[in-house]
Order: sequence, then C-alpha cells, then structure tokens
Amino acid sequence: MTTTTDDIAPAMTTTQVHRVYIKADAQKIWDAITQPEWTVRYGYTGVVDYDLRPGGRFAVHPTDEFRAGAEASGHPGLPDTIIDGEVLECEPPHRLVTTWRMLMDAGTAGEGFTRLTYEIKQLGGFCSLTVVHELEGAPKLYEILSGSLEDHGAGGGHSWVLSDLKSLLETGSGLAG
Amino acid sequence: MTTDEDGVFKALADPTRRFLLDLLFARDGRTLTELESGLEMTRFGVMKHLRVLADAGLVVTRRSGREKLHFLNPVPIRLVHDRWIDKYTERQVSALADLKRDLETEA
Repeated sequence: MTTTTDDIAPAMTTTQVHRVYIKADAQKIWDAITQPEWTVRYGYTGVVDYDLRPGGRFAVHPTDEFRAGAEASGHPGLPDTIIDGEVLECEPPHRLVTTWRMLMDAGTAGEGFTRLTYEIKQLGGFCSLTVVHELEGAPKLYEILSGSLEDHGAGGGHSWVLSDLKSLLETGSGLAG
Repeated sequence: MTTDEDGVFKALADPTRRFLLDLLFARDGRTLTELESGLEMTRFGVMKHLRVLADAGLVVTRRSGREKLHFLNPVPIRLVHDRWIDKYTERQVSALADLKRDLETEA
C-alpha cells in the first residue's frame, strides 16, 4: 500500500471484497470452508486439504466429476492440485488467511500467489462471511474470480460460490445437488 | 445490514445509488472523497446514499491505513439473480438482453 492523499488518483485497486449473510453458526460456516466433505458440495466443488496452522500447507484437488467436466470442455490433463497455498493465520471459527495460487493453467499459475482472507462474524442468529481477495499482479485471476468469464465456462467467481454456499447451508442443497 | 431482498430492491430503485455502484464497478475500493467528486451532491447526501447501499449489503467498507475504502459487493445481486432466474429461463432472458443491447447500440 502506498500512502497517497485522496487528491492524487490512487492506483486501481486489485482487492475484491465479497460478503454474504448466512443463517448458520460460525463453526458450521468454518467447516463448510475447511472440510472437503463440504467443499465438494458447492461452488467449484474442489476437495480442500488444509493443514490448519500458520505455515501449514493448503491445496485443492479436483473431483472425478470436475476432471471429467474439464476434459469434456476441451481441457484435458488437469493437474492433481488445482489450487495451492500456505496458511498464514488460523483462528477457528472466525478468521483464516492463506496465500492462494491457481494452477489450472499456465496463465494463472504464472501469476503466482495472491492472498485470501475469510472472516466469519456471529451476529445473533446468523453470521456474516466476508471474503477479501488481494489480487495484486494477478489480472487473469481477478477476471475469473469477478465472474465476468462465467459465459465462457469459468464459473461465477466468489459471488457465485458464496451464493451457492448460502443455499447449501440454509436449505441443505446447493447447485451441485 | 439486512438479509432479505427488500433492502436490495429499495437500494437499487434510485439513480444516484445505481450511479455510485457503477462508479465502484468501474474502479473498486474508493474513498468517500473520490465518490463525492463524481457527483453534484453534498458530502452528507452521498453519505446517506452510501448508508442505504451498505444497509442492503451492496457496499462493504474496509479500513486501509487512515482511509475508509468502499467496495462493491455483488453477492446480494447474485442472490437475487439465483433466486429469480432459474436455469430454464436463463437462456431466454440472456437472449432478450442481448437483443436489447444489439437494438440499442444500432439506434
């Protein structure tokens, strides 16, 4: 972050902030983010593998269905790890910060590591879940995660994932059924 | 802050507030001073509109050093989309949206 005044046009922000309110307790939302039996049921349906301590590894692996879908749409040879990173901060069930790199193709892999923060706040009978993705130097990833490539089969990005997660936790089923 | 759709529709039913969202869509993470400079309105007026947008969840603020930055949060619009446009109508709706855009850009 550079320190400029408001009068000088600041650099274009590369941070995405997404927030959703979910009628569920913080622990359930934490589990839905960090446990593979939950993550295969919404959004991009990856199998997460977190070593939940600072310095621990983090990886996402494709399901067989995801791999078959990628092959059917002309993207064979998906790597066994499609996202990887390192846990930077871990305060269950309220805060998780990791580095985050997408390895699905050479373009996004070459952009290197970004920084992703999950914040879960209990607000009575529901929680806010805020996802802050700092995407400096990763314009391809920024485009994918903003959902602007949805019509090209790249999924709807963070807003699509969070909408689906809300459906899954509140109704018991998401888009993946 | 609200978890229902009423706040979203109410917030979107105002041209100034839609313009503020357009400003953030074009460039996210702006200060009140930056947003204010794009509008012929008092600082107080802009703050009032931003409050309605924040209450509807469409704008999320975050501190960055001494600055308070405003971010467009598209999730509530996504929820309305997912709630109202099911998979059977989506194709037709987007075809009509394309037709409208084509006709309007030709005119």
